[in-house]
Amino acid sequence: MVRQEAMTEMTGRARVGTRARFGHPYARWRAWHRIAPRPVLLLASVLAVGVSAVPLVYLAVRTAEAGWPRIAAALRTPGLVELTLRSLALTAVVTAGCLVIGVGTALLVVRTDLPARRFFAVVAALPLAIPTYVAGYAWVSLVDNFHGFAAAAVVLILCCSPYVYLPTVAALTGADPATEETSRALGRGPWATFVGVTLRQIRPAITAGALLVALYVLSDFGAVAILRVNTFTLAIFTSFNLGFDRTGALVLATALVLLTMAILVGELLARRTNARYARVGSGVRRPPARIALGPWRPVAVVGVAAVALAALGLPAAAMARWFRVGVSRPGSLAEIAAAMGNTLSFSAAGAALTILLALPIGLLGARAPGRVAAVLDRLTYVTHALPGVVVGLSLVFFGINVAYPLYQTPWLLALAYAALFLPLGVGAVAGAAAQAPPGLEEAARSLGRGPLTVFRTITVPLTLPGIGAGAALVFLTCMKELPATLLLRPTGADTLATELWTHTSVAAYAAAAPYAALLVLLASVPTWLLAVRSGATGPAVLGGGS
Amino acid sequence: MRIFRTTATLAVAALLAAGLAACGDGGRSTDTLTIYSGRNESLVGPLIEQFSQETGIKVEVRYGDTAQMAAQILEEGDRSPADVFLAQDAGALGAVAKAGRFAPLPAEILDRVPAKYRAANGQWVGVTGRSRVLAYDSQTLDPADLPASVFDLTAPEWRGRVGVAPTNASFQAFITAMRVQHGDDRARQWLTDLVANDPQIRNNNVQIVADIDEGRLAVGLVNHYYVFERAKELGVGLDDLRVRLHFFPNGDTGALVNVSGVGLLTSAADNANARRFIEYLLSPAGQRYFAEQTFEYPLIAGVALDPALPPLDDLEAPDIDLNDLDTLAATVEMIQQSGLTT
Repeated sequence: MVRQEAMTEMTGRARVGTRARFGHPYARWRAWHRIAPRPVLLLASVLAVGVSAVPLVYLAVRTAEAGWPRIAAALRTPGLVELTLRSLALTAVVTAGCLVIGVGTALLVVRTDLPARRFFAVVAALPLAIPTYVAGYAWVSLVDNFHGFAAAAVVLILCCSPYVYLPTVAALTGADPATEETSRALGRGPWATFVGVTLRQIRPAITAGALLVALYVLSDFGAVAILRVNTFTLAIFTSFNLGFDRTGALVLATALVLLTMAILVGELLARRTNARYARVGSGVRRPPARIALGPWRPVAVVGVAAVALAALGLPAAAMARWFRVGVSRPGSLAEIAAAMGNTLSFSAAGAALTILLALPIGLLGARAPGRVAAVLDRLTYVTHALPGVVVGLSLVFFGINVAYPLYQTPWLLALAYAALFLPLGVGAVAGAAAQAPPGLEEAARSLGRGPLTVFRTITVPLTLPGIGAGAALVFLTCMKELPATLLLRPTGADTLATELWTHTSVAAYAAAAPYAALLVLLASVPTWLLAVRSGATGPAVLGGGS
Repeated sequence: MRIFRTTATLAVAALLAAGLAACGDGGRSTDTLTIYSGRNESLVGPLIEQFSQETGIKVEVRYGDTAQMAAQILEEGDRSPADVFLAQDAGALGAVAKAGRFAPLPAEILDRVPAKYRAANGQWVGVTGRSRVLAYDSQTLDPADLPASVFDLTAPEWRGRVGVAPTNASFQAFITAMRVQHGDDRARQWLTDLVANDPQIRNNNVQIVADIDEGRLAVGLVNHYYVFERAKELGVGLDDLRVRLHFFPNGDTGALVNVSGVGLLTSAADNANARRFIEYLLSPAGQRYFAEQTFEYPLIAGVALDPALPPLDDLEAPDIDLNDLDTLAATVEMIQQSGLTT
């Protein structure tokens, strides 16, 4: 690493020297190129970020329209400070919990002799398939007096830990064991090696996962509404309901945007160098040595199994109970099939559009890292932290005023999904691009291949698996989305999530159960793919080694 | 590796194709009736189906949450595809009417419903009535123990035992009614006393009724039909439930009768199909459907009730004109200031 940084510094100095010597247009172009490397990629990235910023523009318009007295009134909402602190506290607790469970499980699965670890490797990812509103209802219906801050934290930790677990597993399996072995050979103990080498290697992956968890918690409505924790997002929903006050709700949403930006700026400032630990070089990738758990084996198994039972078993038991106790039944098979078809096609459109928009931002981040790329990347996270209802309404506004032909078509819904879930796609693309070091492309170019050929024969094959994984993640997240879907779906088109909402809001839990089960089952397929791809189930499966 | 690449390529291609296919049916036709329904599909879907079959009119229904749907209609403005807005609550209809988005309804429709259950300016009309009640746990409480007034619920004996859903529109309408009936000071005092009496806050009426029926809560302020919905879901009679209904007597605010209702969007002012639909809702067939299937009160004369319900005229409801419940903003501020929602 050190040498690489020094090299950059050297080339930088060389460039300054060039510019000083030649005052002609080429040098000016070089200078511009240093500020804005890869102009096409940059332009495309700005456009993509623009799409995800539609809700922010909408909020700015509505907040400005509201006028200062109205803004002041909304900001005087009693308990706004407590609300903010509570939201931040929940975010912190859930993120910490997800770090412990996510990183802990990843280490157990990848680096120890945990029994049945391939099984647990997949099981640990599966909670991603369960929407928080399903988990929330499940806990409430099975556990007496289950509500409040701690309850919501438990449900959210169980649902969100895969956001940390999956990237950590991928980083652990992708890391070169040689670095650790060198550290041990140089006399460092196992613990010092873990902290000094392993943890440092997987830190970027952990941080990315933690950020996703934190912003998800800020935007979550399902769990906090059912478990009655008054958070910022719940207050925004409440504001819509209280006196049908759209303006107040939107002003609160603007405040949430500012809060999110503060978190993102904090994260950017706290981050140290943009270190990347890609393994470049020849040789066969080999699995690292596994630690023998010894007497701790049973403890580890019980721990991992307990988490899995709470995260998966409990919702399954609740669904079975709803179906057994109630007499309401879902609609005909044709209705269920139609809802399933809509869920799949809307989510597919959403995933396709999201990845399309994520490509330039992710590539820019990987190929021209720097302040501009980092800021563009972080901007996509702002919308991610907004409640779905706000994003939905903003696209109603956008559809009516700007893109009327798209209004109430799946395309506008896909656009909402893209605005909401862009960071998930960007992360995957950036990770995938890191798998294709620019050196390989440059080598191909220098050997006389054209840029398109290089793209087709080098870039695409190396990045496609990672991009596919990103698409799977966005796809399954779209399937679970409810508030924006309700506002933007084509009139008359039901999805599994909307059917679930329809039946639960009239207490017809038995009718809701099959939809919930189907939704979770369908979402498990991409989740399973993600778990397998992360390398957790063992080497050389589905693109694991090359 | 190669297999994964092929799979991934195929998957991406399939995703794109499915996305494109999903977008093929985006066209909207103008000769169909488009209903925005803030009422649940399982409650009104069969009736709309019935209307469509009897009249041959092709109906498109968009279901959503009443409050969010009102926001959507306001956001859509003049270009709203909606012809008719069917709402769970008079407050939402009032908000849309206030923004000038409703056309006045013809007198022949309005006149079917008593004046206090429709807008004075004729911009919306009530479709069904729902009474506020005190739901109670019949295993731990005797009807004789139950309070005669909602004002008694702030007494020490009810400490920590009363369930409320303060973000629910029907609760807000009830507080507005209290302000109209007894003045702002008394309403504010009641809210303050309630907050001091450890109220059990729930997300919605469904949860309150479920918690009472499962013995986790003593009483709760809800709309009457939620208890019927629970019996229906469990496949039992009302008498087999642990949760029972108590109607407050003597014109107490706690016995307010509110309505679900319907309005005609300005863009559909001349739409004969839309008018026909509203007429159908207020026809004997439509009203009978609500009485039998959703256990609500019909608002036109001469339609039989569910036998388990006391007739609308026998309810000792407060004498309040729903048109006087138009100061929702003040109510909301009062509820927020009381600390009930935080």
